[in-house]
Amino acid sequence: MTIKILGTGCPKCKQTVDIVNKAVAKLGADIKVEKVEDIIKIMEYNVISTPVVVVDESVKIKGRVPTMSEITALIQAS
Amino acid sequence: MFDWLIYFSDWLIYDVSGLSEGSRLGTALSFFVYDVIKILILLFLISFIMGIVNVYFPVEKLRNYLNSRKLYGLEYLFSAIFGAITPFCSCSSVPLFIGFVQGGIPLGVTFSFLITSPLVNEIALALFLGMFGWKVTLIYAITGILLGTFGGFILGKLDLKDWLTDWVKDIMAKTYEKGDTVTADSINFIKELPLISREAWHIVKGVLLYIIIGIGIGAAMHGYVPENFFEQYLGGGQWWTVPAAVIIAVPMYANAAAIVPVIQVLVVKGVPLGTAIAFMMSTVGLSLPEATLLKKVMTFKLISVFFLVVTVFIVASGYLFNLVL
Repeated sequence: MTIKILGTGCPKCKQTVDIVNKAVAKLGADIKVEKVEDIIKIMEYNVISTPVVVVDESVKIKGRVPTMSEITALIQAS
Repeated sequence: MFDWLIYFSDWLIYDVSGLSEGSRLGTALSFFVYDVIKILILLFLISFIMGIVNVYFPVEKLRNYLNSRKLYGLEYLFSAIFGAITPFCSCSSVPLFIGFVQGGIPLGVTFSFLITSPLVNEIALALFLGMFGWKVTLIYAITGILLGTFGGFILGKLDLKDWLTDWVKDIMAKTYEKGDTVTADSINFIKELPLISREAWHIVKGVLLYIIIGIGIGAAMHGYVPENFFEQYLGGGQWWTVPAAVIIAVPMYANAAAIVPVIQVLVVKGVPLGTAIAFMMSTVGLSLPEATLLKKVMTFKLISVFFLVVTVFIVASGYLFNLVL
């Protein structure tokens, strides 16, 4: 599976990347984490507030920094 | 509301640290502790309230609301008010801008949101409330909202669509699909509370250092800058003080939290309140980082006009307050 983090590079987006990376490392799952900073690509997901967490092309969290447990739950759910 | 805090900071400084009551250092430290704690509490509360509003009224809903009704010009005011109550992060301004114009919202209305959102933010409100009291805070907030309303209206009338960058024009030309409704799930308030308070705590933590520095500088200036010092130079109603304050404030964006306590001292020492408000608005409203981000969606011409209109309005409200207050 692929997790994408959409964000233009604000502190909140960086926190989100850190949290996702930690969650992935902890679970040791085979997951690709990708950061999308290109605003044109971000807008393709039809979101207007960042950061956004996208799991396998579906928007899961937007406009705020997620918690570790949220990300863990998202990974385990799919 | 904060009486207990006076007792606490007096107790901490005089009883625990053993400084003698009435000494210069003791008084300054007691003020410092009092101000820091008071502002942190206010900032947390305001961020928390804004967090709740945001859960129930996210920007997606706002966009659909503005888009689906005829509001006879009130849409500028609504857009500005929503800009004030939603938390703002300058990096969200571009996605938001595109999301709005893509959703068919007129450029002017989008500008109303874009102007007010950074002007009236949780940090400015908490600091104003703590340092100047609720009346000045209210004046500040209302001015910010009106500034966005009229600024957006004028920018809308100028019809600047041609000055958007090409790919934004492409997006506008495409038909708009209604946004996905991830947030439409019923919201469990109790479940959201920890998330909201965590987010509020993040905001407080992010500016904690700046607030301490700002109040520290303010406290030091209280002791060493003579009373009415600035009145001699800036208080006499010289016409250039307001525009000068606005220009000086532009590069201070990152430290908005540190600036208000310093402004408060300047006011005490004789700088007129209108000049101080104009300074604050310019600090948060005319930020270079935001301009750099907006370059992706607007041509240089459009950004210049946008900033020029906002600047003129800020300067005008500075003059107005100096006359009225």
